[in-house]
Amino acid sequence: MDVFLQQLVNGLSLGGIYALIALGYTMVYGIIELINFAHGDVYTLGSFFALAVLTGLGVSGEVHGPALIGVVLVTVLAAMLCCGLTGVLIERLAYRRLRNAPRLAPLITAIGMSFILENVMQLWRGPSPVSFPSVIPNPIVHLGPIDIGAKQILVIVTAVVMMFALQLFIYRTRLGKAMRATAQDRDAAQLMGIDINTTIALTFLIGSALAGAAGFISGVYYGTTWFFNGFEAGLKAFTAAVLGGIGNIAGAMLGGFLIGLIEAMATQYIPQGAQWTNVVVFSVLVLVLIFRPSGLLGESLPEKV
Amino acid sequence: MGLLEVENLDAQYGRIKALDGVSLSVDEGEIVTLVGANGAGKTTTLRAISGLLKAARGSVRFAGREISRLSPDRIVRLGVGHSPEGRRVFARMSVRDNLELGAYTRRSRSEIAADMEEVFVTFPRLRERAEQRAGTLSGGEQQMLAMGRALMSRPKLLMLDEPSLGLSPLLVETIFGVIRQINARGTTILLIEQNARQALSIADRGYVLEVGRVVFADKAAVLLASEAVRTAYLGG
Repeated sequence: MDVFLQQLVNGLSLGGIYALIALGYTMVYGIIELINFAHGDVYTLGSFFALAVLTGLGVSGEVHGPALIGVVLVTVLAAMLCCGLTGVLIERLAYRRLRNAPRLAPLITAIGMSFILENVMQLWRGPSPVSFPSVIPNPIVHLGPIDIGAKQILVIVTAVVMMFALQLFIYRTRLGKAMRATAQDRDAAQLMGIDINTTIALTFLIGSALAGAAGFISGVYYGTTWFFNGFEAGLKAFTAAVLGGIGNIAGAMLGGFLIGLIEAMATQYIPQGAQWTNVVVFSVLVLVLIFRPSGLLGESLPEKV
Repeated sequence: MGLLEVENLDAQYGRIKALDGVSLSVDEGEIVTLVGANGAGKTTTLRAISGLLKAARGSVRFAGREISRLSPDRIVRLGVGHSPEGRRVFARMSVRDNLELGAYTRRSRSEIAADMEEVFVTFPRLRERAEQRAGTLSGGEQQMLAMGRALMSRPKLLMLDEPSLGLSPLLVETIFGVIRQINARGTTILLIEQNARQALSIADRGYVLEVGRVVFADKAAVLLASEAVRTAYLGG
């Protein structure tokens, strides 16, 4: 039981990162029905941007006191901004002109963008994993039989707070409503006076910024990053988005946490589990696609964006 | 000079020519109707005016300004409202949200609230269903919502595409009554109707379209009385 609870915490913190990435997949799918395969790489790029900022600030280990808040805020915001702008640029270069093309075309440019980003990152930081400063002290909280690291709490709380902020934005603000309208009916949205190019760019900005935040968090959490990180993390986050019901914000969140949990439990309870986790995770994808293609929270007509 | 001046408009879907040199004008305060069989190019004409479809050739001037190269959202801002074919309400949003989106181009909260109140007075059913998802409304209610939503932008010109399609005769009467009311309050109207007789009976002028061309253009009363128009479009 103790082991189970411990893995529950581990799974949730793992899932928090997937959830943040999954939000971007699901938002973009909601608005232009495109699987943005470059999204996982934007997440990795987030850790690279964050690393560059930390290096610039001269941070190489843990930061204490009031400086910690400053360093974290500056780094996260910079990573979010850079990733957000990268996302906007990707949409402008690779997807916008293909918006009315057959579905396969933007899918292929998406894969192309993914390769480009991976290669750019490889040129930037080399082909090997790079170490990432721990930045945030990680006192362990003993909660009965289980140990929770401060960083784990940070991951889970950040993911949940960002999801709620996103929900508020989408359901309560004028721009959020414009995004939902554009997702539901692009022509009708234009007839309301909504500039759909701006709205779609905004969707990429927000989704990619969330991936940037996830990039920073994963760097801090794992203490390392690698140009190819986003490939696997991206696929798992995509699985999470499908599991929750693609196009559905709360679904992406739920899916992310579930995938994290499945991964943690598979590692623990399947003999030689660590080697089987990916098999288990992607089997879940296959099963969902077969038995519940609209996902756990997806309606047959999903609430998109 | 008319509020809307369309000249020699060509438009195509892929390689298929949908409009072939359409010219028409709508003066301020008028009700003008486009009639013609399915596929004659009525809907395409409206889509080309509101910018959803880029015209291949020709010009569209609204209030003296060339708008044929502008994006749809800019055209809405200039004062062209369009209630499109098939209603196209946002099915997964509430009636209130739909109406608020109609006022997307406007800023004044108090004016928007006042206009929404006006829409609710015109269509009491919408008030009853304000918090309901638009997708759960009946066809007639969705039509009211589509018209109300288009009005929320305070258009100078309101284009209505088949507002009576699929509605009960009683509801058709209501909708036509509302169109006249809207016009009486100063909104210019460009109306497409499959119910040509009824459309011509409330319109000042009409244009008859046939495979992408204007074949007749005259005062509505003249078209209603014309033998040729009656046999071809009004069922004798």
